[in-house]
Amino acid sequence: MATEAQTTSAPLLGRVKGLGVVPVLGFTLVALLVFWIVKNFYEFPADSTQVLLIGVTTGAIYALVALGYTLVYGILELINFAHGDVFMLGGMISATFSVQVFGLGTGGGIGKWFLVLATLLIAMGFCGLINTTVELIAYRPLRGAPRLVPLITAIGMSFILQNVGLAWKGPNFISIPSILPHSNVFSIGGVTYTWNKLIVVFITVPVLIGLVYLVQNTRQGKAMRATAQDKDAAAMMGINVNRTISFTFLIAGMLAGAAGLLYALYVTNVRYDQGFQLGLIAFTAAVFGGIGNLPGAVLGALCIGLIQAFNEGFNWHAPGSDWTQSIVFAVLILILVFRPEGLLGERTPEGA
Amino acid sequence: MEDLRTGVRDAQNRFRELPQATRWSVWLGLEALLVVVLGSLDLSLGVGAGVVITIAWLNKIRDPRIRLGIEIALVVFLLIVSTSAGVLVAIGLALTWLPDVWKRLAVPGTALALVIGYPYYVGHLFTIPLFGAFPSVRTGVVMLVYVMMALGLNVVVGYAGLLDLGYVAFYAMGAYTVAWFASLQFAHHNFHFGAVGVAPNLIGFHISIWLLLVLAGILTSVTGVIIGLPTLRLRGDYLAIVTLGFGEILPQVARNGDHLFGTGFNLTNGPNGITPIDPPGFGNTLSNATGGILPANYLTAANSDRLFFWTGLVLVLITVFASWRLRDSRLGRAWIAIREDETAAAAMGVPLMRTKTWAYATGAFFGGIAGAYFAAFKSATFPGDFFFNISVFILVMVILGGMGNIWGVIVGAAFLAYLDQAGLANTGAWLNSNLGLKIDVPLYEFGIFGVILLVVMLFRPEGLIPSSRRKAEFQEGVHDEPLYDVQH
Repeated sequence: MATEAQTTSAPLLGRVKGLGVVPVLGFTLVALLVFWIVKNFYEFPADSTQVLLIGVTTGAIYALVALGYTLVYGILELINFAHGDVFMLGGMISATFSVQVFGLGTGGGIGKWFLVLATLLIAMGFCGLINTTVELIAYRPLRGAPRLVPLITAIGMSFILQNVGLAWKGPNFISIPSILPHSNVFSIGGVTYTWNKLIVVFITVPVLIGLVYLVQNTRQGKAMRATAQDKDAAAMMGINVNRTISFTFLIAGMLAGAAGLLYALYVTNVRYDQGFQLGLIAFTAAVFGGIGNLPGAVLGALCIGLIQAFNEGFNWHAPGSDWTQSIVFAVLILILVFRPEGLLGERTPEGA
Repeated sequence: MEDLRTGVRDAQNRFRELPQATRWSVWLGLEALLVVVLGSLDLSLGVGAGVVITIAWLNKIRDPRIRLGIEIALVVFLLIVSTSAGVLVAIGLALTWLPDVWKRLAVPGTALALVIGYPYYVGHLFTIPLFGAFPSVRTGVVMLVYVMMALGLNVVVGYAGLLDLGYVAFYAMGAYTVAWFASLQFAHHNFHFGAVGVAPNLIGFHISIWLLLVLAGILTSVTGVIIGLPTLRLRGDYLAIVTLGFGEILPQVARNGDHLFGTGFNLTNGPNGITPIDPPGFGNTLSNATGGILPANYLTAANSDRLFFWTGLVLVLITVFASWRLRDSRLGRAWIAIREDETAAAAMGVPLMRTKTWAYATGAFFGGIAGAYFAAFKSATFPGDFFFNISVFILVMVILGGMGNIWGVIVGAAFLAYLDQAGLANTGAWLNSNLGLKIDVPLYEFGIFGVILLVVMLFRPEGLIPSSRRKAEFQEGVHDEPLYDVQH
């Protein structure tokens, strides 16, 4: 008996050893997380569903910003720190146009939606232009430089854009009237879903579909994918690499502009420093999904949006909004340590 | 963009081919114009610009007699306008006449003597045009603390080439170490060891600040190693973002640390911070034994600021010595090898993880001591002191001065810390009064730092005072792309 027990336990131990400490720790963490979520949903189903809907909405906004990070990282292998601040400027131009120029408010009929759409297009164009300019000034002259150099100019650019916002709108929160209606879409068993959340999703989804179509099915998208894969080979195939990179920054900036408008209308205030924080959260989302991977960025953003909402809204053992930032960064660090390629990404030498 | 660049380069080349006399007269004309324009705005600024330009031209004069004559004339002129400026320029010019062998000792020696004596003559110094008065001794202490932090970050960024965007975490760790063990924070305990200026039966930990400085350094290094072990296998930008993450998490822990995990345990006293912190000092026994040379208590001493200044200077000197010796050591050479080419270094037998972890621990050590000393100086620590901005602020110091070069980093750190403390406000006031503007310049401090980062990285990535090796790396480039086949 004793020898039998020994022989069966030896390969078991061997397998555990082969697994290593890191995956075991990772699985334990995920299991605890799943238990926590299930427990909350079981104890407080209505509240938790409500929180889930909020998470999906913020996740949608994060997705737009995260896609900008992932597009740029995919093509230049650069963390564009200034991206969050481009998003912030998008929020500011949206505030200016929707409130001061178009005079939108809580009321208004069908004509309001055309003006919101016009603001969306203006914000997207404006941010696309800024992002392209940033690339032209801060990254293009540094194509051959060591990789940390453009990273440092990106930080510099981020601070510059932040101060542009500061000079433009001052150091205080600029509040925006709730232009999106807050009436209920449905209200079932204590779970209410309001129109403003649904509209955010309504605007996000077409933008995402358009992006996927652009990257997968157009000539320009093909050029982007080719440049991301190998710049030299792409150039040899007759692709204008610099123009493709500019185009990528334009698209990324437009997504940030759309996110800026949605954030401004959904959260109903903007401030010069919101871009940096949200940018880091969105970057985390991009890493979570696998940086350089478009569906990954959306998935990661939804996950981060949900994690944030669960943390702030759950009733049973939630750390609360004081800890949101720490939790998001802890997630980032854990992913980079345990699974640097992200949920859907491929293994890169950075993490190996 | 590219056309513009080639155009500028062509114009430069054509200008260089002109005869020397023509070139020099063009330069002189332009500089005279500059002096006149500046002088019309503010007379002292014009004079200052004139003096700087004259000194810059002195190198071109081959005949020592003419040069000496101009220098004497310049010093006499300055002595009449402003005595202190004349004396300073005279000392500087006198140093240029020394033979090179003596210069190596005389230049740092004179600089050190000037800094040591600074509290005595700061009151008699002239006002710098555009930047206002020389920094006060209190500002000087802050500058020294930042110099020390920048030197610590220089080990990580400059020597080992690891971009650390969360250096503020180490500063916070050092500051809180002092705050925990030299204040009323842990009121359930009563432990005294060498503390000065507190009643013997006062509750809380009260340990001598000198011991705590060392303890802070050690604890912070341990933190650095703990942060480093899981993350240092990541490369480049991923490492940067992870350090940034830690740099954001630690201050938030400090901010929320008054009710950790709902247990009610008060670790950091939350947003109210920990204050007051016991003052540094050597105690009455040591003070009496040395005849009052070692002060008993810094805070109650008559010349409190000066004591803090000199102690800070000693700490900076230790840091400079350590950085200098480390750079030339086996470990320092391993850092530089990793910075230049990680794969090649690994192939040559440099243990990557251990070497990088040492860089982290060393950088953290100095950051921790600097943070601890800063907290003791301010007698307080607040979670609001530890924003991401501070990490970038220290990074700008290292980059502006010249990554990897001790003197460059010192100059960069002292200059930027001065701008932060007083210089920007003075310059803003000058601009507003002389150009009729209404800009709140200090509000845009970090925008200005952003511009500095951008401009330095675009036009002079090796910094203002580069180390020759770093300069070569930036200009000739090094193998920076990861080699895929080595990884798999």
